[in-house]
Amino acid sequence: MSAHEPIAGIGETHLLPPNMTFNDVTEAVARVTENKAPRGWWFLFIGALLFLGVLNAALGYLLATGVGSWGNNSPVAWAWDITNFVWWIGIGHAGTLISAILFLFRQKWRTSINRFAEAMTIFAVMCAGIFPGIHTGRPWFDYYMFPLPNQMSLWPNFKSPLMWDIFAVSTYFTISFLFWFTGLIPDMATLRDRSKTRVRRMVYGAMALGWRGSNRHWRNYERAYLILAAISTPLVLSVHSIVSFDFATSVLPGWHTTIFPPYFVAGAVFSGFALVLTLLVITRQVFQMQEIVTIKHLDLMNKFMLGTGTLVGYAYAMEFFIAWYSGNPYEWHVFRFNRLALTAEGFDGTMWWAYWAMISCNVLVPQIFWFKRMRTSIPVMFVASILINIGMWFERFVIIVTSLHRDFLPSSWGYFSPTLMDILLYLGTFGLFFTCFLLFIRWMPMIAIAEVKMALPAADPHWVPGHGDEGEDQDHAPATEPAPAE
Amino acid sequence: MSEDENTPDSPEDEALDGEKAPALYLAEFDTTHDVLHAAEKVRDAGFEKWDVHTPFPVHGMDAAMGLSDSKLGLLVFAAGAVGLVGGFAMMMGMNGIDYPIIIAGKPAESLPSMIPILFETTVLLSGITAVFGMLALNGLPRHHHPVFYSTRFERGSDDKFFISIEVGDPKFDLEKTRELLASLHPTHLELVEETVP
Repeated sequence: MSAHEPIAGIGETHLLPPNMTFNDVTEAVARVTENKAPRGWWFLFIGALLFLGVLNAALGYLLATGVGSWGNNSPVAWAWDITNFVWWIGIGHAGTLISAILFLFRQKWRTSINRFAEAMTIFAVMCAGIFPGIHTGRPWFDYYMFPLPNQMSLWPNFKSPLMWDIFAVSTYFTISFLFWFTGLIPDMATLRDRSKTRVRRMVYGAMALGWRGSNRHWRNYERAYLILAAISTPLVLSVHSIVSFDFATSVLPGWHTTIFPPYFVAGAVFSGFALVLTLLVITRQVFQMQEIVTIKHLDLMNKFMLGTGTLVGYAYAMEFFIAWYSGNPYEWHVFRFNRLALTAEGFDGTMWWAYWAMISCNVLVPQIFWFKRMRTSIPVMFVASILINIGMWFERFVIIVTSLHRDFLPSSWGYFSPTLMDILLYLGTFGLFFTCFLLFIRWMPMIAIAEVKMALPAADPHWVPGHGDEGEDQDHAPATEPAPAE
Repeated sequence: MSEDENTPDSPEDEALDGEKAPALYLAEFDTTHDVLHAAEKVRDAGFEKWDVHTPFPVHGMDAAMGLSDSKLGLLVFAAGAVGLVGGFAMMMGMNGIDYPIIIAGKPAESLPSMIPILFETTVLLSGITAVFGMLALNGLPRHHHPVFYSTRFERGSDDKFFISIEVGDPKFDLEKTRELLASLHPTHLELVEETVP
């Protein structure tokens, strides 16, 4: 059928290897959970556990001592804590974008990476959730943020953007988790049916909820999936918009800007794609997934990073322009001296390095992806994705700290330096993230098996074996089959 | 049962006491094309308690089975409306009626500042209902189903496609139904029995 053949005239190629069968997909994904873990997995897992220990120690020390053990002080009352919160939440956005928005746009290539990215979303939001919880100083009063009556008969103030944040982040976590779980049900049934031991059959069987691939079920399932995608799309746009309201609704120069919601969302997707790529490049190598996550998938992701990176660059330029064009001297001061800091005598600011780290990592680095050779080079994209995440961390640091450290009154200007506790806590969250993530890729289907099968030509009822590609019923030794001439 | 740890399904069930009774016919197909056209024939034969089992949703199968549209959207819409109204009632009741506080000179029951949370409560209830409503409509989680007595069905979540016709169907006939299914050229056809206590 011509509809399944790539259009050569516009340079289209097969997304997945043309002779791949349904069974190949099952094998490639399920064997990761069935075979012994590769040595590289253990190496990473022990490292992650060490960092998780660092997180626990840092949290214990923080609770025993108080937030005075951080570098935050007047005038920089928010620093690494909120930087880390915004950064981790932003990381999660790529997962929802891939699973929901690309689903609505019928982008079949998402099927190879969506499960992976959704899991990343959940773990990133868990890491993010730690920081608002502990930065309150007395976390045992965090329940004040919930709509519960407290001992002073006070209710939460719903006019505060910080309350909007609580609702946005907790809704985001819940919906992302449900979306991920819904996608897992059919794949858990696949693992259940392949189980060789009783324990596996019971555990995966319980998680599969008795799924039997019934078309009467698929009908409701597909509708649920569509609805979840349709509500997650505005949800993901709302989450980072609401995070940006934490800043934009204040009157601080450098924060009080209407461009913040779209600017934050673009940055969130940008950094999230970068982290998905970092993890994907390692995982497909360690677990031999090159057939399912092809170089074409990575190429498409790099295009996304180029696009969102350029959007972010536009936002940087536009907020800078408006700071000047508005004629507001305080706003202009923040950009001219606190951030850009370029004067006739050279760099004359205290935080100029943070701004320039942000510009070079987020605006200049992704520009290499205009070139196909760069987009398809694994070492290049790996280094670029890490640089982009460093840059995106600096973006949040620049927004928060450079605005706060020198605002209206020169008499109250100050400076921020992180303490050891700031650093350990941030490093520790990587331990939490990677511990969860490594357990996920070891024990759960890290690629959406059922969805990848839907992207194969043979999934279409109009596809007839032997027409175009070879038949898909010789599924026992597909790897040794000669590939059809292209 | 313990000695059968490594062989899932049928051997374990034989260890149970009780009589065997036919539960359903299970016809196996290799391609989506074959199962789709077979499903059309079963639909035209007028069966009701029958099903198609596929490792992934097959495009056009709902029409081939003669299924109506999913009712899930109505449930989700109702839940979303409850979320919207509930969110409004929560904020209005807490900040507007029970303990009004004037902050930044805005009215205690300021509507524009409610918009973000109204959106979130609507989404939250819709999403939860989409997932749990889907499971409820499907009758899941379900611990047991006779179709799992077939060892061949293990590949139903891998690369094989099945049509099952249950004994409980009013048109079911041990001979005629077998003939009908055989005429659809399945790659394998079996009568799955379940243990009746």
